[in-house]
Amino acid sequence: MLEITGLGKTYEGRGGVEALRKIDFRVDGGDLVCVVGPSGCGKTTLLKCVAGLLTPTAGEVRVAGRRVTGPPPGMAVVFQEYGRSLFPWMTVRKNVELPLREKKVPAPRRRELVEEALAAVGLADAAAAHPWQLSGGMQQRVAIARAIAYEPRVLLMDEPFAAVDAQTRAELEDLLLTLWRRLGVTTLLVTHDIDEAVYLGRRVIVLSSAPTVVQEDLAVDLPAARDQITTRSAPRFAELRAHVYAQIKQAKGRAAGDRTAGDRAAEESAPPRQVPSPAPRDLKRKTDGRTR
Amino acid sequence: MSAAGTRPAGPLRRAALRLLRVLGLPVLLVLGWWIYSVAEPTFYLPTPGRVAGAFTEVWFSARITEDVLPSVGRLLTGYALAGLLGVGLGVAIGSSRALRAAAEPVLEFFRAVPPPVLVPLITLLAGLDTTMKVLVIVSGCVWPVLLNTVEGVRAVDEVLADTGRCFGLRGPARLRHLVLPAASPQIMAGLRQALSIGIILMVIGEMFASTSGIGHTVVLFQRGFAIPEMWSGIVVLGLLGFGFSLAFRAAERRILAWHLARGEERGRHA
Repeated sequence: MLEITGLGKTYEGRGGVEALRKIDFRVDGGDLVCVVGPSGCGKTTLLKCVAGLLTPTAGEVRVAGRRVTGPPPGMAVVFQEYGRSLFPWMTVRKNVELPLREKKVPAPRRRELVEEALAAVGLADAAAAHPWQLSGGMQQRVAIARAIAYEPRVLLMDEPFAAVDAQTRAELEDLLLTLWRRLGVTTLLVTHDIDEAVYLGRRVIVLSSAPTVVQEDLAVDLPAARDQITTRSAPRFAELRAHVYAQIKQAKGRAAGDRTAGDRAAEESAPPRQVPSPAPRDLKRKTDGRTR
Repeated sequence: MSAAGTRPAGPLRRAALRLLRVLGLPVLLVLGWWIYSVAEPTFYLPTPGRVAGAFTEVWFSARITEDVLPSVGRLLTGYALAGLLGVGLGVAIGSSRALRAAAEPVLEFFRAVPPPVLVPLITLLAGLDTTMKVLVIVSGCVWPVLLNTVEGVRAVDEVLADTGRCFGLRGPARLRHLVLPAASPQIMAGLRQALSIGIILMVIGEMFASTSGIGHTVVLFQRGFAIPEMWSGIVVLGLLGFGFSLAFRAAERRILAWHLARGEERGRHA
């Protein structure tokens, strides 16, 4: 469904910054793949190239066999900054409906899709509200509803849960899994959170530091049904997490000598996680060197 | 029902207090004017009573159709044209980096030229008729609208623009659902500035060379030493400006309802 071959992106400017060197992987139809990598490794650049928002300087992206030159039809994107990706002058309903209008979906079907999507994310009652009247987690639910109402073939998510508190994050993760299982939509999710990548993904793509290549393409052999408590405390989950973590640490160590301003900026802008986590996660956070 | 006996006093008193707050200062000012003009009578400052008398005499007459309505008509025509031109050009310039780089210095220059000095020039080019007066208004009103629109369009949020692109929002739909609403707070700010400039230019255009209009009438009375009548013209202009500003505020509250409410919401959380 999604093929990324030899993808490279060098930003122009003084000397040029090579963000992506050579990225190759593919996502089969109906799969859920998480991309994880050290801070500043160009995850968002990668996602923007896939979404057709950035033109790569090398290689190509294909969606359903067609080369991406601009935002392809049938692709929905959920951004991290929910506050900036919903239209503040529209109600929740209008926000979800607008892309369907542009897609020329007839009005009765549009109403149906909007209602289904809002019900699916548990916001049927908030249709008449404006996004800024809702909490952060609810706003991101609206963005997710907008994406699924669009009935995309491919769903891209750029750190979708990074800006909400930990409890909301867990809820939204499970919401995503439920929706994904129900709709079977091909999903590519970018995250900096190793736990989240392992918990959500059927596969995890580990990226190296910039200039970025695929460091590892890891199949997650956990049972298909996942649960915040049992899955996260399963020994296999811990093993996979430790493995990915080691990979990223290795990638970071390799790049430690030549950190760029971009890396530091990315680290500083990492959103805070507000709710205290139980001990094992605390331990992990202290050791994985994220700056908070 | 038991509370009904005591309740009406509350709202009534609140309404009375409100009225006092709104009307208090104007009443005091008129009172001060009255006392001053009675205590120290001069030819050039008639009492409010005489001005009020002149007001009804002068303005509740054929002057409404011969002077006031033409003035207002020219103002609204010029203002609307300036609005359309300013927003249209502003969207074009704001959307294109190349166009912006080329146009911005020139725009800043034109904005810096005080519009009244264009009156003689436009008189030469367009004659003394209605066209001239409308053009004078357009030439002054267009700049704040244009520059504010450019700024508003340029500042459309990047994530929002990306979202629009991903969901296939383009062309007129993009303009209608994304660019114009996003820029609307700035556009309205420009339109508000343009309104006061428009009223000033309406009067100046009429004072220069004209046979009708409120500005013309005020000058006419001044030259004929009809002082209370002249003052009544000034009052008409003041009331007109006040009325337009009220209408503008009402329109703004409707158009920017989302923006104002969001501002309040943020204020509450801050």
